[in-house]
Amino acid sequence: MDPRRSARTVSDPKVRQVGFFTPAAPPERSCSDPPRQQDLIQPQSPSSTQVNDHFRSGDSLSPVMIPPPPHHHSDTLHRTALQVTSPKTAFSYSARTVTIPTENDDVPSSLSPSRKVVAVKSPSSYPGVRASSVPASELTTVSVVNLPPGISEKAGGGASVEVQNDRPVRSKSLKEKTSKAERRAMQEAQRAAKAAAKAEGTKASSAATKVVTSANTKPSKAAKPSSQKNDGSQFAASEKKVGDRAPEKDRKKDAPHPRMQYDDTSRVEKAKKRAVVKQTEVRNRVELFRHLPQYEHGTQLPDLETKFFELDPMHPAVYKVGLQYLSGDIRGGNARCIAMFQAFKEAIKDYSTPPEKTLIRDLTARISSYVSFLIECRPLSVSMGNAIKFLKNQIAKLPLALSESEAKATLVSDIDRFINEKIIVAEKVIVKHAVTKIRDGDVLLTYGASSAVEMILLHAHELGKQFRVVVVDSRPKLEGQLLLRRLVRKGLSCTYTHVNAVSCIMQEVTRVFLGASSVLSNGTVYSRVGTACVAMVAHAFRVPVLVCCEAYKFHERVQLDSICFNELGNPDAISKVHGREDINYLDGFVNRENLQLLNLVYDATPSDYVSMIITDYGMIPPTSVPVIVREYRREHLWS
Amino acid sequence: MDFQVVVLAGGSSKNLTPLVSKELPKPLLPVANRPVLSYVLHQLEQNNLKDLIVVVEGEDTALVVGAWISGTFIDRLHVEIAAVPEDIGTAGAIRAISHHLTAKDILVVSGDLVSDVPPGAVAATHRRHDAAVTAMLSSIPVSGPLDSGSSGGKDKAKKLGRYNIIGLDPGKQFLLHIATGAEIEKDARLPKHILRAVGQMEIRSDLMDAHMYAFKRSVLQEVLDLKDTFQSLKEDVLPYLVRSQLKSEALSNRTPQGEENGNEKVTSQNNQVFVSRILANSSTPSFHDHSSENPDGSAPTRKTHKCCAYIASSGSYCVRLNSIQAFMDINRDVTGEADHLLTGTSSDPNNNIGPSPKLGTKTTVGPHCMLGEGSEIGDKCQVKRSVIGRHCRIGSHVKVVNSVVMNHVTIGDGCIIQSSVVCSNVQLQERVVLKDCQVGAGFVVTAGSEYKAESLARKEK
Repeated sequence: MDPRRSARTVSDPKVRQVGFFTPAAPPERSCSDPPRQQDLIQPQSPSSTQVNDHFRSGDSLSPVMIPPPPHHHSDTLHRTALQVTSPKTAFSYSARTVTIPTENDDVPSSLSPSRKVVAVKSPSSYPGVRASSVPASELTTVSVVNLPPGISEKAGGGASVEVQNDRPVRSKSLKEKTSKAERRAMQEAQRAAKAAAKAEGTKASSAATKVVTSANTKPSKAAKPSSQKNDGSQFAASEKKVGDRAPEKDRKKDAPHPRMQYDDTSRVEKAKKRAVVKQTEVRNRVELFRHLPQYEHGTQLPDLETKFFELDPMHPAVYKVGLQYLSGDIRGGNARCIAMFQAFKEAIKDYSTPPEKTLIRDLTARISSYVSFLIECRPLSVSMGNAIKFLKNQIAKLPLALSESEAKATLVSDIDRFINEKIIVAEKVIVKHAVTKIRDGDVLLTYGASSAVEMILLHAHELGKQFRVVVVDSRPKLEGQLLLRRLVRKGLSCTYTHVNAVSCIMQEVTRVFLGASSVLSNGTVYSRVGTACVAMVAHAFRVPVLVCCEAYKFHERVQLDSICFNELGNPDAISKVHGREDINYLDGFVNRENLQLLNLVYDATPSDYVSMIITDYGMIPPTSVPVIVREYRREHLWS
Repeated sequence: MDFQVVVLAGGSSKNLTPLVSKELPKPLLPVANRPVLSYVLHQLEQNNLKDLIVVVEGEDTALVVGAWISGTFIDRLHVEIAAVPEDIGTAGAIRAISHHLTAKDILVVSGDLVSDVPPGAVAATHRRHDAAVTAMLSSIPVSGPLDSGSSGGKDKAKKLGRYNIIGLDPGKQFLLHIATGAEIEKDARLPKHILRAVGQMEIRSDLMDAHMYAFKRSVLQEVLDLKDTFQSLKEDVLPYLVRSQLKSEALSNRTPQGEENGNEKVTSQNNQVFVSRILANSSTPSFHDHSSENPDGSAPTRKTHKCCAYIASSGSYCVRLNSIQAFMDINRDVTGEADHLLTGTSSDPNNNIGPSPKLGTKTTVGPHCMLGEGSEIGDKCQVKRSVIGRHCRIGSHVKVVNSVVMNHVTIGDGCIIQSSVVCSNVQLQERVVLKDCQVGAGFVVTAGSEYKAESLARKEK
């Protein structure tokens, strides 16, 4: 340890090296590789400023294939960036005040202070009516009872007012009220119904008008004495809805920052109050990683399950994905991103703009609340972060004039396009590039289970190349076994080993293919824990390391170690061995004060160990990542 | 959340014969002075499930139950009541209302379930696994009265007959085998292909089916359509689904996807395949996936569906009221250890123990008792572990132990009632001794008579 450190500080003071480094890194990585590879490695000391120069001088042999970006407006970036940020801060105010007058025509030109009260009330009374209006409609015959609810309610007698109100809320098919004219017609109908009710019973009407026009002081008291039970309760219900809504909005507003420091107790407390998922923090955490969230595993899932029906604003599809993240049913950057986007697609399809709101702002807020829920289930991956940024930007860019159904269709197709272009086509391109690097007689090593690597191997096998695969795996997830299973079934010849044996097996390996969760702009590869170790060993053995990563996973962040941003897994997973009851040496020790378990999920591989990154834009050296981020981020996020 | 809730309230029940009648159908049978149905409805209400379909056997019953619901849950729940003919079974009941089911998933709850397990947990498990059916299992409750050992032996014999055999996978998430009561005689047959696919099966007999299911609507409707003979969800539909989970015949698990793709371009279909492969590869495969794929790794040819189980945690309370013994137990538990089921349920605020009743001198009311509003008790009485309904008149020197006395019961002086159920409007004249008896509504027990382990009811006219 000590000799290594001193040697490093002396030999290269330029680069701060944190993480995995072999003692006395070889000055030139090379050999066992075609000459092209050498070019690629050429920039020996990476620093992001040099990258440009390097490119300009780009030699013709370089495998870097970066086409020029299609359109290049230097200032669009800034403008659109502004657009994106502004709705976030301002949505809560403007959305309400602008549209009130059009919605509440029947309010007799109320005073400006009272208007605010009305504004809160009228939208909320829509859902409120639903529960209260219908006194258990007891209909004895089967057929009559369960007509579509909007119709069956008519049997309830004097509830005609509510029937009108009900419809938009109750039945999904009617949710998509598309045109203004339609809405107007509905208002008209409501007003007519109200008038009818007035004629019927003065009591009811007086209560109703009280509800609507009651002054800003204490509306609830004004309504309570009203003798008609129906109205009173309706009012109570509506009030309750208002109550519900406030915290929801709160939650949206200050959703936990994705990079919250979890060692700050006051902030953690605050976040807990907002959280949907019950989060019991593990007490014994490793000192270095105390800033990362770590929860008592096993408490979250049952708790979230019990709340299944209580989370009104959450769309079921989003909820399901959240549960799957939490239980580990879905993992891997691509899969999580796709699952999230498919859930969002469902949510957008079912979305309808509430009255007095604009789609752009309300939908952005809605998506944000979904995202904060997903974060509570499991921290976002970089791929998801980028995808969310893309979606929000697409929403913000929707022209105001677009009708709701059109806007929704646009967004859905945008999502489809993203999945298609950034994930599916990207993977195909990566496979095409990477296959050229596989030659007959190769021994390829991979770690964990990367979807891109799997596809490369399968494709190469289909092309008839003769090669062998070494699958390196690690506890506790043993994802490699799944990969192995699929590869073996396809007839590839495989070797399976655990990461502890990687130094032995590395001797016969000719290439290392790795997947990545993200590639950061200093070339650091952020990936499943253990990747850095494999890359380091490969580097020591002078085996080229090829990292396969779609460009949408690139991130402009610079990260030098795997400490500041990481994720902590379930510590139980490493203290117990699944299926081996006899290995129980740690039983009863887990809660000891002086024992800390660390189950890291990711690590950072320094760019020095990476020979090449294969992306959908071609094969690039790790030093070129900032270029991709800079040139293409604009295209795929801000275009 | 795209769930529809169906409460199978039932109607008359043979198991509870002297207790239930035309006037007092099973859903309204008072448990701790509240209809048993209210426990389910209240729990659903707490879980924010406010749109319910209550299925009741018989039109008259439906009227009675409907009147009660509208009186109690007005403004709180949106309940629709469907009356179905009697004796068509639970599956038949669902079949009768199946054209009203529109949501993606259906939650079916039995109306006689007294439990504090959140239905959301079942629903969430169902959704997470994208299962065809999810059943809630709970540990079998301790049956029989706590102190009196007289009927213990008999109860045990009864319980043996009600064994459920439930097979679970090692992760306790999937149902692999289920056989209930009547099917089990001496030997149980296990499906070999499932066993082979999973590799390991845990057989439990200490779990019972709590009769709270989440069904995928398409699957449920299809099964009901295909199998006309299926009578009961528990004994026919669920075992069928479990049995056929690895070779579901016509279950539309994956067909809708194909339909959607029909008019789209071929490329997008390829993409969908691609996407689904990424998703499938990244998730932990269950045995369903393994068994459905061919050994050479080509695409799955056999359709499968998942049958999940949600096992209620040991601390929760979950009992079905399906026998007189269960009725006694629930009454005891709800007033005793599981009294959290009562608190906060505001259908009747006068449920507290003994504020309003008038007690005579030297009368003792023990713990775990409940006295309804307006009941009067004479001098030197003893009430232990019992529930006494509203407006009862109890004379002097009366002993009530481990019993349930419903509303408007008149009990004469010197009666001794042990482990019995006395229904509404019963008149017990002086010095009646009842032990392990059930007295039907409106019955008059003549003075001085002694009964043991009998059920007394008025003759139907």
